[in-house]
Amino acid sequence: MKFSVIVTLKKDVLDPQGKVVLNTLVNLGIDNLKSIRQGKYFEIDVDEVDQVKAEKQINQMCEKLLVNLIIENYKISKIK
Amino acid sequence: MKSSVIVFPGSNCDRDIATALEKMQFKNQMVWHKETSLPKSDLIVIPGGFSYGDYLRSGAIAGKSIIIDEVIKAANSGCLILGICNGFQILTETGLLKGTLLRNRDLKFINRDVNIKVMNNETKFTSKYKLNEILKINIAHNEGNFFTDSKHRDQLKKENLVAFKYCDEKGNISEGSNPNGSIDNIAGIYNSKKNILGMMPHPERMIDQIISNTDGVNLFTSLMN
Repeated sequence: MKFSVIVTLKKDVLDPQGKVVLNTLVNLGIDNLKSIRQGKYFEIDVDEVDQVKAEKQINQMCEKLLVNLIIENYKISKIK
Repeated sequence: MKSSVIVFPGSNCDRDIATALEKMQFKNQMVWHKETSLPKSDLIVIPGGFSYGDYLRSGAIAGKSIIIDEVIKAANSGCLILGICNGFQILTETGLLKGTLLRNRDLKFINRDVNIKVMNNETKFTSKYKLNEILKINIAHNEGNFFTDSKHRDQLKKENLVAFKYCDEKGNISEGSNPNGSIDNIAGIYNSKKNILGMMPHPERMIDQIISNTDGVNLFTSLMN
């Protein structure tokens, strides 16, 4: 079973990389940009048929390693 | 005093800190990250570098390595732990120190000597320094921008857990003397028991007048006491 995990910075955490990307896009002529926040994306394939179990496992992975909960939020979605 | 320096793939200040410790008369051992036990140590040092190439987040992978369980056990039983630069990042990833280190405010790797102020000299790491003493210590990092939640920020103030703050030559702590955007100009912090110190500046690079200065020496002489 395959899942995606999207990790994003929390609202109050500064994102200098996102800001630089935004400034560059503005320089390229895009004039209606409101904000850009940069994040991370994981694709995780687990050998498990029970979706509840699999999601629980992915949650543990996020909390143990993939996400720094002080500064980041995450969202798990099933891909297939 | 017996010390252990933990070595990860990508550590690159491990020999520097070992040299500093030996110069200060520590009996030092190097410990590879795959070891399952630690030699008897009064001090454990997590050195600077780029453990695991900073994959995922700086210090994230090293923070889950085999030897770290032993470091956590030792820390909980009161052993002194010093994390420098990447070592500080690793300590935050293990949870031994709260907070985290973000990308530098200006997105640049900074390698230069900066001034820091001793904010608390009543600890085992800093007793040989004077309170508010200004030191010139090298920093060399890309992710040194200390960040933490407001609860921890209050705790740091209330329990006097800030070890060092970035300042200018006269000791003024301001945005202009903040090299990397760290919250409250914080350059190093203690845990609440003050047996763990994490700091971004490199005291092990400041132990010899010939190559730099000797502003880092008193950290080691404090520990020897």
